[in-house]
Amino acid sequence: MAAIIKVDNLTHIYQAGTVMQSYAIKDISFEIEEGSFVGLIGHTGSGKSTLIQHLNGLIKPSSGTVFFKGEDIFAESYSLKQLRSRVGLVFQYPEYQLFEEDVIRDVMYGPKNMGFSDEEAREKAIEALKLAGMNEVFYERSPFELSGGQKRRAAIAGVLSMEPEVLILDEPTAGLDPKGRDEILDTIDKLHREKGITIVLVSHSMDDIAKYADKLLVLDKGELKYNDVPKAVFREYKELEKIGLSAPQLTYLAADLIKQGVDIDPEIGTVEEAKNEILRLLKGE
Amino acid sequence: MLRDITIGQYYPVESCIHSLDPRTKLTGTMVFLLSLFITKSVAGYVIATIFLAVMIRLSHVPFKFITKGLKAIVFLLILSVSFNLFLTDGTPIFKIGFLKITWEGLVLSAFMAVRLIYLVIGSSVMTLTTTPNQLTDGIEKGLAVFNKIGVPVHEIAMMMSIALRFIPILVEETDKIMKAQMARGADFETGGLIQKAKAMIPLLVPLFISAFRRASDLAMAMEARCYHGGEGRTKMKPLRYTALDKKAYIIMLIYLSLMFLSR
Repeated sequence: MAAIIKVDNLTHIYQAGTVMQSYAIKDISFEIEEGSFVGLIGHTGSGKSTLIQHLNGLIKPSSGTVFFKGEDIFAESYSLKQLRSRVGLVFQYPEYQLFEEDVIRDVMYGPKNMGFSDEEAREKAIEALKLAGMNEVFYERSPFELSGGQKRRAAIAGVLSMEPEVLILDEPTAGLDPKGRDEILDTIDKLHREKGITIVLVSHSMDDIAKYADKLLVLDKGELKYNDVPKAVFREYKELEKIGLSAPQLTYLAADLIKQGVDIDPEIGTVEEAKNEILRLLKGE
Repeated sequence: MLRDITIGQYYPVESCIHSLDPRTKLTGTMVFLLSLFITKSVAGYVIATIFLAVMIRLSHVPFKFITKGLKAIVFLLILSVSFNLFLTDGTPIFKIGFLKITWEGLVLSAFMAVRLIYLVIGSSVMTLTTTPNQLTDGIEKGLAVFNKIGVPVHEIAMMMSIALRFIPILVEETDKIMKAQMARGADFETGGLIQKAKAMIPLLVPLFISAFRRASDLAMAMEARCYHGGEGRTKMKPLRYTALDKKAYIIMLIYLSLMFLSR
């Protein structure tokens, strides 16, 4: 598979030239393959949010650059506005960006900015709302009357309506209850599997990411620590703890069981894998 | 972009200005602002310029950082300068149609511009060297005498400090919402005036909602911690004048008398 996004020696310095100068991200390079599901993990303040805002050109790097399908997005002639419809970015707490009188019009905002007519925008909005799992009864309601989870769906639909090829979500489950969290994550997973959208999921919960991501990027203090498949990253759980993160709970369970002398696969990451592994142990041998 | 607004922001370095008592700095700023309004002569402005330059030097805050605050008043500056420039009567030196520039207007608008710029820089120096907490303490202590005639000094000080504290928060919030809408294809820069104003709606509605939400959250948090106003409230770090403050007051006095003399 080809790299849809390529980040090349990206560095961003905040408040350069003052005493408050600080590196938000430092010399980061990686590639995101088309159709992949990438998890981006880091402690608070590790530079996750700064990094993803570079991916659709919202902030300019101090040095280095980003390529989208081989083109330098910070080149003078590159249309960032067009890029932003192809690389959708859902911010943290996206419900705070809702502003229209009703949900459908809010979702139409993106397509209309792209130059679509009201008619087309409405079609795209309905499509996006369906994808985001919004019930039709909410379309005409004020976005401010909705519950937290529904607001978030509406906001995600607001980005989906632009039909992006890459969808970046910054902590889409922050502040939601477990049920809301699972629903949102399942929706994202569905978008990835059924629509083939490349997903970048920012989170600090390994358990969320272990289930879905096929690649993990771990950031620490603005530097890229790991760029590997989840299993390989979780193997380093002692290192992860040093940078304020942890592996999924099941990795710990497996480690404890191994210490007790149980011959279990140390790389189980999801409940499903754990179930199969435990069943195998109980049945066999 | 919006992060550049420096009013209400603290610049954490060590300097003799930073370690002054906030009351001294408040008085100093007042004296400086007042002096800008009493002076009408070039000599007065020269003295003010020297005074301000020395203060900036002493504060160890980079000059570039202070001037960032000026971006916010560019529009106001242009407006007041052009009003003064074109609408002052006197000896005309330039005329196109109904627009005429007079010598008096030129002088007046130049003074006006300098005065406005100095006002902003002067107050920026204070806010950049004083934390919002110190500032409120200073206001509260400095105005405590008005308590006797029924002015709720503590409440006013509290409101001011909350307002100051909210500026960077709201700026950050604006920045965030702006980016979120830009990610949805919003364009805040191009287009005519009406188009630009329309483009602001997706920014302003969420901003207002968030401001109200934050205000009510804060009120709740204060109440939950039994905040009930200033009566009987004590300070963990009471303000005390030092020798440095005495020197500062003497310098202020000298400066103010110089400004009076040069009037």
